[in-house]
Amino acid sequence: MAMDQTIYRELKATPGVWQLGVLLIAFIAAAGGAVLYMEHHGHAVTGMNNQIVWGLPHVFAIFLIVAASGALNIASIASVFGKAAYKPMARFSSLLAIALLAGGLAIVVLDLGRPDRLIIAMTTYNFSSIFAWNVLLYTGFMGIVAIYLVVQMFRRIDYRIVRSAGLVAFLWRLALTTGTGSIFGWVVARPGYDAAIMAPMFIAMSFSFGLAVFILVTLVLFRLNDRPVGEELLKRLGRLLGIFAAAVLYFVAVQHLTNLYAAEHIAVERFLLLDGGVYTLLFWGVQVILGGLVPIALVFLNPSRSSTILASVLVVIGGFAQVYVIVVAGQAYPLEIFPGYEVLEGFHEGVVSPYTPSIWELMLGLGGVALALFAAGLGAKVLRVLPTNLSDANVAAKG
Amino acid sequence: MTNRAEMTRRDILKSGAAVATVTLAEGVTLMAFGGSAAEAAGADAGKRWGLLIDASKCATDCNDCVTACKVENGWGSEAENAHIDPEQAAQWIRKVTLKDKETGRVTSAPVMCQHCEEPPCVDVCPTGASMQRPDGIVLVDKHICIGCRYCMMACPYKARSFVHEPLTDQKANSPRGQGTVESCNLCAPRIDTGRIPACVDACEKAGHSAILFGDLKDPDSPISKALKTYPSVALRDDLGLNPGVRYTNL
Repeated sequence: MAMDQTIYRELKATPGVWQLGVLLIAFIAAAGGAVLYMEHHGHAVTGMNNQIVWGLPHVFAIFLIVAASGALNIASIASVFGKAAYKPMARFSSLLAIALLAGGLAIVVLDLGRPDRLIIAMTTYNFSSIFAWNVLLYTGFMGIVAIYLVVQMFRRIDYRIVRSAGLVAFLWRLALTTGTGSIFGWVVARPGYDAAIMAPMFIAMSFSFGLAVFILVTLVLFRLNDRPVGEELLKRLGRLLGIFAAAVLYFVAVQHLTNLYAAEHIAVERFLLLDGGVYTLLFWGVQVILGGLVPIALVFLNPSRSSTILASVLVVIGGFAQVYVIVVAGQAYPLEIFPGYEVLEGFHEGVVSPYTPSIWELMLGLGGVALALFAAGLGAKVLRVLPTNLSDANVAAKG
Repeated sequence: MTNRAEMTRRDILKSGAAVATVTLAEGVTLMAFGGSAAEAAGADAGKRWGLLIDASKCATDCNDCVTACKVENGWGSEAENAHIDPEQAAQWIRKVTLKDKETGRVTSAPVMCQHCEEPPCVDVCPTGASMQRPDGIVLVDKHICIGCRYCMMACPYKARSFVHEPLTDQKANSPRGQGTVESCNLCAPRIDTGRIPACVDACEKAGHSAILFGDLKDPDSPISKALKTYPSVALRDDLGLNPGVRYTNL
């Protein structure tokens, strides 16, 4: 295979780059303040409680972690599946994957009741816990993708090494997303979780969310430095996004149809699909229609640069809604501890648990996003990961 | 009436109780009882402690077991709950009043950690803080709990609480910690010193004797005999967790 002739250059420090950097640092600082406030006063100041134990921070974290493994897709398509058109974007795809994962993990860690004990989580493992496995999968992902990025950046290297590193990273990311989905899929106690399909569904979600985030972040960075991105390339990425978004809808449909078939799960399905209030609205309105059907229609019925951009924004919004419904609605729906009985008195037995996220949780979540974007931008600023030109003529020349 | 509490006390003493002293911080030494993995190893693997709760003896308007647990373990004081939502308050044990949907019969019973033989909270805990002693008691080692709350996600009984606020006036026998998860430990410190759990004791004193405590592995213990004689159920039996807490006349 011919050597890659794409020219990679660091991001130039234009005023726009500085302004964006300062804005992101402000969000990160605000998150830091929120964390100190929550640690000082305890989680009492959050909307989370003993019924909704994971809230908005976890929605942000899981979205970022899922998107991280998906952001690596561009690189995988280039090195593992040999599509030359994707190769110029492969380096940044790897970098963005690491950055998104770092942002997501920062949120999870800073939301812990005892973040000061992180060292315990890193050194004491209970291997029957998928959480413990995830600690290894996440740290391993960072290391493997970092190596993958480095070998991609070597000027003269046997391409088989890049392809091997890319294959390991691809397989690892499949394991990682399986682990993330299984956090929920393996919780037998809760009817809203407890489904093997969670793992493959999370993989489909990662393809979709990760690509959407990659498209948006890349376009912003290119715009900041006036580097061209071709219309045909964006249409192509848009079509791919449409296919991924359809795959997510497919898994969602199979999950709910399977549940609807089982009498024991009809109540929880009724809650999610029919009378769950904000969750039902988020599911149908934001996740399925706005974040699924609309972007698919846009990229296939009216393929264009703006359709791809709008579809990417909608997929991100729909993705957040989907993760929110999975994480929060799955806990809000009551546990059936006493089948066949009506609970006259108790402690929130058999009723939907309310949850109103606090500003602190939102600040922490946004701070994680800002951290991920800042890390990606900083990486592009100091490393030669962004190509100077993604115009159609240039990309086509690569074959 | 036979004094079940006395019988179980002898039960425990025969077992050779495990007591440990632990240094919590420099200069602060507490008698700690099976509260960490190392100390729990001293628990008797030949026993499996359990409870049998007779709902027909449990009075709907009585809350003595909950009060006794609060006093024993130092949770749920008015000062503690003053600044937090009720949903954020600790709940080691709670009373529920149930009405059979078909027959309309009303019963009440306490619900606490069910001390499963196959505890999901222990399976999911990333650090091993959520643990099971050799004698079947399921509890949290607060020294290594990082406060991730995955165990609360996994518990089918809502038996666990997260400490949402700074704590004051803790009990020396039951150290708690802001940012860590806690739940009924079957009064392991009392069991390890030959006493019965506080809720069982309080129920006896209230004259109900609705909670029977004992060794499920000993075929001659009152709890094993009662389980052999009367029908009983485990909550969420479909999950196959084999809880150490069972209910009769529910």
